Amino acid sequence: MSDATLSFDEALAKYDPVLGFEVHVELNTKTKMFDAAPNAFGDEPNANTTPVSLGLPGVLPMVNRTAVESAIKLGLALGCEIAPVSEFSRKNYFYPDTPKNFQTSQYDKPIAENGSIDIELEDGTVFTVDIERAHMEEDAGKLNHKGGAGRIQGAAYSLVDYNRAGVPLIEIVTRPIRGAGERAPELARAYVAAIREIVKNLGISDARMERGNVRCDANVSLMPKGTDALGTRTETKNVNSMRSVERAVRFEICRHAAVLDSGAKIVQETRHWHEDTRETTSGRPKSDADDYRYFPEPDLVPVVTDAEWIERLRAELPEPPAERRRRLKAEWGYSDEEFRDVVNAGVMDQIEETIASGASAAVARKWWMGEISRLAKQREVEPGELGISPVTVVELNQLIEKGEINDKIARKVLEHVLEGEGTPAEIVEQRGLAVVSDEGALSTAVDEALAAMPDVAEKIRGGKVQAAGAVVGQVMKATRGQADAGRVRELILQKLGVEG
Amino acid sequence: MSAISRDQVAHLANLARIEMNDRELDHMAAELDVIVEAVRSVSEAPIQDVPPTSHPIAMSNVLRDDVVEDGLTSEEALLNAPDAEDGQFKVPAILNED
Repeated sequence: MSDATLSFDEALAKYDPVLGFEVHVELNTKTKMFDAAPNAFGDEPNANTTPVSLGLPGVLPMVNRTAVESAIKLGLALGCEIAPVSEFSRKNYFYPDTPKNFQTSQYDKPIAENGSIDIELEDGTVFTVDIERAHMEEDAGKLNHKGGAGRIQGAAYSLVDYNRAGVPLIEIVTRPIRGAGERAPELARAYVAAIREIVKNLGISDARMERGNVRCDANVSLMPKGTDALGTRTETKNVNSMRSVERAVRFEICRHAAVLDSGAKIVQETRHWHEDTRETTSGRPKSDADDYRYFPEPDLVPVVTDAEWIERLRAELPEPPAERRRRLKAEWGYSDEEFRDVVNAGVMDQIEETIASGASAAVARKWWMGEISRLAKQREVEPGELGISPVTVVELNQLIEKGEINDKIARKVLEHVLEGEGTPAEIVEQRGLAVVSDEGALSTAVDEALAAMPDVAEKIRGGKVQAAGAVVGQVMKATRGQADAGRVRELILQKLGVEG
Repeated sequence: MSAISRDQVAHLANLARIEMNDRELDHMAAELDVIVEAVRSVSEAPIQDVPPTSHPIAMSNVLRDDVVEDGLTSEEALLNAPDAEDGQFKVPAILNED
């Protein structure tokens, strides 16, 4: 049964949405959070376990140093304070994906707190999102439901693979985000994109959403316009693509508005996002934190940080993505719009490499935003995944600059590169695509064209220099596009005794 | 007045997935009451100058290098499983049909 919703515009006319996010990031450490089993995706089920990750009696967990350092780096990248002393706690609940019957997490002493990041929307608007905390914990195993179409509802039984149980996670929790208004769904998407970009840039996660490396729970509540008390929120789980996050937030805003409009109350609960129907459905009522009966993990001692450790890690941080974008934009001299298009097309890295390989900023942009983007679109892939390397672009451009090929032929060469025919130079050589630079042959072609178009020739003689275009076209046709159009034009004017 | 009510025990039993009948709940409430009463004496200790601690031993940063060590094979992992299928632990339906 579908829930009633208001249209997005109606909802926004009456209510101000407030957002909040819990993003889980799976780290790409070699081993798990508390034991030395491999942290690997796609292996044979239950082949990556130890007695610790299976929660067998009498085992002792031990914290992964690299995971702690990843958490500290992420905390620093999010502008957080790193706790001098942080501790692990047990979050108790019974569910087959958790073999220990508790998740080892952090509760009242997280590793990082009180940060903020600036989130830039596609049109350049910046929202500051405050980070409440980032804490370390472990992932759960993977359930495979059997019967009932593979869903938990109606399943006859379930199979459990504990390879993922114990994989290091960092959960990043925001403070309530107010004031996004109609940009709320867009901000949701941009926030998740920013977190993904940050963890990828830090090198601490593979950040592949389709593999669940970055997972977002999106909290939504509404405040009637003109009020400022937070409304009851729902937490939508299972939103595992940036597009889904945007859609789920939009849906919840419209659903909340309809519930509030009808005079009913929002039930504080988790909701499940369904990408197929683009709706959320009711999950379990949100348990009070107390129900998890958190208590300090007796088997793990505190993590104590000092300035020396933190500063060593801070020195290892790469340039933040947002700063890098500002720097590159200034270096390349692109306009706001040009640069935003480059970022949105996902070709910033490619352009940077192309420039580093010797092309100018203008040339790099021309190819990546022009022909390469067009070819990528045609093949329904991202430009960066097309298989054209920055070096290829530089080579292609050098052939143009040397006058060996023109732009039109260069575009053909690029298609042949995609077909695996070799480097641009090899293709030009093998296919005989070099422009006709044999002056004798060009001269003959021009003579023939002028002879075939006597009235045009007369016009040009009479001073209508722009009419030369028709003759150039004729020559290009005769040479199958392999002549240098500029040189052809010069020859025409020269032969007719006209000044260019 | 008893410190632990029957409702609290019922709530805990539910969280712990333990099925208890009324007689058992009453019995457990009384037993837990005795335990809570016994532990209450801790709250009388003079702790004004003692910092809160979660561990009896003053240790910190017991960390492990991120190096893979031999663990269990899939077969070994499943040795104690009450039921298994396709190299995975087999568990009863999680949601009750209702």
